[in-house]
Amino acid sequence: MSDLSFQLKGSVVSIIILELYQFTPAGFADQLRAKIDQAPQFFAQSPVVISLEKLNAPLADDEPSQLLALCREFGLQPMAFRGGEVNDAIRACGLPQLPSSSRADSELQMPAPVAPAPQQAAPEVVVKTVVEERVVQRPAKIIERPVRSGQQVYAEGADLIILSQVSEGAEVIADGNIHIYGPLRGRALAGVKGDQQARIFCQHMAAELVSIAGNFMLSDSLRKQLWQQPAQVALNGDSLHLKTL
Amino acid sequence: MAKIIVVTSGKGGVGKTTSSAAIATGLALSGFKTVVIDFDVGLRNLDLIMGCERRVVYDFVNVIKQEATLNQALIKDKRTSDLYILPASQTRDKDALTQEGVEAVLNELAETFDYIICDSPAGIEKGAQMALYFADAAIVVTNPEVSSVRDSDRILGILQSKSRRAERGEAPVEEHLLLTRYNPERVQAGEMLSVADVEEILAIPLLGVIPESEAVLKASNQGTPVILDQASEAGQAYQDAVQRLLGGQLEHRFLEVQKKGFFQRLLGAK
Repeated sequence: MSDLSFQLKGSVVSIIILELYQFTPAGFADQLRAKIDQAPQFFAQSPVVISLEKLNAPLADDEPSQLLALCREFGLQPMAFRGGEVNDAIRACGLPQLPSSSRADSELQMPAPVAPAPQQAAPEVVVKTVVEERVVQRPAKIIERPVRSGQQVYAEGADLIILSQVSEGAEVIADGNIHIYGPLRGRALAGVKGDQQARIFCQHMAAELVSIAGNFMLSDSLRKQLWQQPAQVALNGDSLHLKTL
Repeated sequence: MAKIIVVTSGKGGVGKTTSSAAIATGLALSGFKTVVIDFDVGLRNLDLIMGCERRVVYDFVNVIKQEATLNQALIKDKRTSDLYILPASQTRDKDALTQEGVEAVLNELAETFDYIICDSPAGIEKGAQMALYFADAAIVVTNPEVSSVRDSDRILGILQSKSRRAERGEAPVEEHLLLTRYNPERVQAGEMLSVADVEEILAIPLLGVIPESEAVLKASNQGTPVILDQASEAGQAYQDAVQRLLGGQLEHRFLEVQKKGFFQRLLGAK
């Protein structure tokens, strides 16, 4: 064992899939910017696999490299393409191309212990990455320590539960509901991907800002009702409503 | 194994260096071999507060760059045995501190010392992060006013996310609140946050409350850690804080407005 310098292993990793439907640099950049602005920290340096399976027209010429440049400009790290037509334009930009997902999901074969049959211009080491994509319910994110000024916590596709305080200048964000079992003095944004049913519950309402699905309320308005009391915030039409807990 | 304690605050001018000097002296007086390191490279102050500015030959950066040995750079305190000072460099900036260099120095100090006190620079940038990275415990120095409290909250967040203990997933850095420049009269007049207000916002254990005192400025100018001025309230409050740091259970003092006696009023003494 000790004289080995490495071992090749197969692994299943969860990863962000960027499923491309069509590509024009400007349209793509706009949408990506809007997406990333929702949670800049979450996307920073995230590896992504670009899926071409549902793309309407294959990428040609310098489009693949434009696409990669845009992703990198916004801090994403494209790892590979998946599916789609294999052509010179994609090969030329240097990223590996993975088989399409139906195959990867059904055939979870182990990597062969022997070196794969040499292909044309095959790389020396073949690392096989199996990418799985499923719709699953994500467990709530639970934070037990105070969220301090300057910190940001994001529960992607899930509820956020905080068992301590959220300080002034801190930001807690969830795609689902937010529960805070301590004072909320910072900002809480629930349903940031547009879930209008999301709510915010807290034991001590002293927030700088609360927001549900983009509709927000500042502390000036919050001070008029249930200030420093247990409260829940829900969206009713276009406006936020506070109720006692 | 030495315990590494960072004295930090985020905000400048709240009393980090005064507190570092006082607590290091207090620990040494209690019989623990203690070294206090000035991490404020470029704005060296600790040597002045400790009254050893004329004895600085080599500094922390020289040791990191291996231009001098640790023993050449350490200054032995003249008043308190078991107390050593490692001064910062005045001619460099914070970039002279490297994580590997700081780690090597701390490891070498840990072999012989019981306590290593790191006097952090203000801010949350490299110098401050370097001072807190290796800490086992943190003393967060806070003044009873809102901006200082918010900055302390920020630094607590950094301690729990960017320290070595946090990165390695070890037991979190111990947190202690040291409230300085506390003036009960101004609290009563509603001009200053009370101890309870600050404790509620920061939610960490209170190590001590140091009353605002002329003795602090006097001690700084004389280059004598204020803890040695046992006649002063500030000196006694630091003494209490050190005992609490060592595990003692002491009542907090100097929190209430004191009624001045007839003679005190007559003499205007504090």
